[in-house]
Amino acid sequence: MENIDTVIIAVAVMTLGAAFLGAALGWASERFRVEGNPIIDQIERALPQTQCGQCGFPGCRGYAEAIADGEAINLCAPGGEAGARKLADLLGREIPTAGVAEKPPQFAVIDENRCIGCTLCIQACPVDAIVGAAKQLHTVVGSICTGCALCAAPCPVECIEMKTIAETVDNWKWKSPVFQIRRVA
Amino acid sequence: MQSGLSRKLFRFKGGVEPDTHKAESAEAPIRKAPLPSRLILPLHQSVGARATPCVRVGETLRKGQRIGNADGWISAAVHAPTSGKVLAIEDRPAAHPSGLPTLSVVIEPDGLDTWIERAPLDLTARSPDEVCGALRDAGIVGLGGAVFPTHAKLSAAKSTAIDEVVINGAECEPFMTCDDFLMRERAEDVVRGASIFRDLLEPKRVLIGIEDNKPEAARAMRRAVEALGFDFEVVVVPTRYPTGAAKQLIRVLTGKEIPSTRRSPEMGVQCFNVGTAYSAWRFVAFGEPLISRIVTLTGNVESAGNWETLIGTPFEEFVALGRPKPDTERFLMGGPMMGFEIPDLSAPVVKACNCVIAASLSLFPPPPPEMPCIRCGACAEVCPHELQPFELYRFSRAQKFDKAVELSIDECIKCGCCAYVCPSRIPLVQYFRFAKSEIDARRKEKAKADATRARVEQRKAREERLKAEKAERLAAAVKTSGAGGGDGADAAKKALIAAAAERARLQREAHPPKNPETAVDAEAAEKTPDPAVKPGDAAR
Repeated sequence: MENIDTVIIAVAVMTLGAAFLGAALGWASERFRVEGNPIIDQIERALPQTQCGQCGFPGCRGYAEAIADGEAINLCAPGGEAGARKLADLLGREIPTAGVAEKPPQFAVIDENRCIGCTLCIQACPVDAIVGAAKQLHTVVGSICTGCALCAAPCPVECIEMKTIAETVDNWKWKSPVFQIRRVA
Repeated sequence: MQSGLSRKLFRFKGGVEPDTHKAESAEAPIRKAPLPSRLILPLHQSVGARATPCVRVGETLRKGQRIGNADGWISAAVHAPTSGKVLAIEDRPAAHPSGLPTLSVVIEPDGLDTWIERAPLDLTARSPDEVCGALRDAGIVGLGGAVFPTHAKLSAAKSTAIDEVVINGAECEPFMTCDDFLMRERAEDVVRGASIFRDLLEPKRVLIGIEDNKPEAARAMRRAVEALGFDFEVVVVPTRYPTGAAKQLIRVLTGKEIPSTRRSPEMGVQCFNVGTAYSAWRFVAFGEPLISRIVTLTGNVESAGNWETLIGTPFEEFVALGRPKPDTERFLMGGPMMGFEIPDLSAPVVKACNCVIAASLSLFPPPPPEMPCIRCGACAEVCPHELQPFELYRFSRAQKFDKAVELSIDECIKCGCCAYVCPSRIPLVQYFRFAKSEIDARRKEKAKADATRARVEQRKAREERLKAEKAERLAAAVKTSGAGGGDGADAAKKALIAAAAERARLQREAHPPKNPETAVDAEAAEKTPDPAVKPGDAAR
C-alpha cells in the first residue's frame, strides 16, 4: 500500500512540476519575445554597407538575412577577405576555401559635360549620394558614395565612371614591419 | 632661480636618457638661410582640412600674401614666403613618410622680397573670436611638430576654466636645438607670445618648462620674464626623454594626467610650443604671417646649426647649407626617436619640420637582426604611459587589433622608448605605428558604414511613405470623381486621366510655346482626338 502512495505522490509532484515549469516557460516566451532575428543585425553591422548587390541580394540587409538562413559568407566583394574573416568569427563558421573576389574601394564620378539630367542614376542610388533634378546637372557626393556602381548601368549616356580611391597623404597607412606571405595558388 | 626650485615637480613613469648630441648644432647662433631657387608650399600643412588655393598660375605674389585659405575651423592658411611668381599649382612630393604627392603651390622668387602691407593687430580692440580668426588666417600652427591649428586651441577652452598654460621649451629629442636657440636669442618675443595666449585663455598660472640641459635658454627666459614684468614661472625640469611630449610635460609641471579620451583643456591645461608663441607674437606685433621657422640641421654634416628657413625651401637646397659629409646615405626629418626618413629630397621644409639629421652608417648603424621577444619587460619599464609594449607587440604583429585596443594602444604616443631599450632589437614602435594607423582607418570605415546604414534606412522609410501617400491620393481621387458608377476601378482611372488632362491644359496655358506657328497646329491636332483618346486609355 505504501508503495502505491509513494508512486502516486511522485507522479503528482513531477506532473505539477512539469505543468508549472511549462507555464513559466510559455509566459516567458511571450513576455521576453524578441522581434526579428538579432543575429541579422549583428551580421549587417559586419558588412561594409556598400549596398552594391554584387552578392546577389538586395542590399547589405538582404545579404545579412540570407547569411542568417545559411547562405555562404564569401559573396561580399567590397568586404573582401577581411570581411569574410569577420563574418566567420561572428558566426563560428569556416572561411570558405573558394576565396573571396576582392575589389578595391571605388567611387562614382559623373562627367558633367555629358550628363543630360535624366535622374535615372538618382533613382538607382541606394544611399542618396547623387544630387540633382530633372534637366539639371547631377553630381555625386564623394564622401557618401559607397562605390556600388548601381548608378552606372541605368545611365543612358554612359557618363558615370567608377574610379578607384587613390592612396594619398591623408589615407596613407604605415605598413606592417612583417612581410606578408600570401598564397598565390 | 628660486621659482624653479620652489615649484614641486612631478614625475612620469619610465622614459629613457639617450645621448643628447645637442652640442654639435649648438656652436653657432641662428643663421638666416639664403633664398632658394624655388619654393614649394604644400596646401595641407596643419592638422584638419587642407587649405584651398586662392592664387592663379602666373600671378605675381608679394611676401606674406595668402596663397591658401583655411577651409573650416580646424585648418590654417598658407602664405607666400617671399615675393615672386606662381609657377604651378600641382601635386608635388610631400614631406611625409610616404613621399606621396600633395597639392602644392610652386613659387619662383623674384629676389626683391617685397612685403605686403603689414599692420600690427590691436588686441584690445578685437574680440577673442576675431583674434582667433586672424591667427587662423595668419597660418599660425603648433610648431613642436604636431601642427595643430593654434587658434583652435585658444578658442576650444571657453567652456572650462583654464588653470595652467604650459609653454613647452623642453625639447627632449636628441640632436635638436631649434627651440633652445630661439629661447636664447629671442626670449622676449617668446614671452610676449605667451602673454597673448594668457590674455586669451586667462589661466591662473603660466608655466614655461625647460629641460635642465639648456641652462642658457632658461636664464634668457628668466631675464625676459623679469624685464617684461610678467608673473610667468620658468621651471627647469630634469632631462629625460620624452619630457617634451605635451602630455609628459603637463604631468611633470602640474601632476595632471591626460587620458587619450580627453583633451587637455577639459582638465584645465593648454600647452603651446615656444616656437608657436614666437610666431604668434611676430604676427600680432608686426603683421607677419607664419612664413619661416627655425630648423636644426645636424648629424653627419660639416657645419651643423640652426637656420631660419623659409617654409617651402626644398630639402635638397636646405641640406646643402650644412655641407653633408660624403658618407651620408639618408636624411631624417624630426628627431632620431620619432622622426622619419625623408623619402624624396625634392620635398620642401614645412611648418612641421623642426630638425633635419644627415644620417650615415657610422652615426646610425643598421639595427642588428630582430630576435624573438623574451618577455623581459624592459619595454614596460620605460613606457611613459605605463603600457605593456610586449603584449601590444604580440597582438599588433598578429593583427589582432581588438586585443591591442583592449590593452590601451590608443594611449601610445609612439615615442619609441620601448624600441630603444629592447634587448632583442624588435622595432616595437614600428609595429605600433602600423597597428594605430590600421585601427584609425577601420574606425573611419566603421563610422562611414554606420552612416550609410542610417541613410539606407531613411531611404526605405521615405519610399514607403511616398507609396502610402500615392495610394491615399488615388483613393481620394476615386471619391471625388463620384464612385457611383458601376465599375469603381474604371471610374477611378477615368477620373485620374481627366485630372491629368486638366493639369496638362493648365501647364500649356501657363507656358505658351516659343514657336507659335507649329504650336497652333499641334494644339489643333491635339484637341480633336482628345475625347477619342480618353476611353481608349481608360480601356488599356
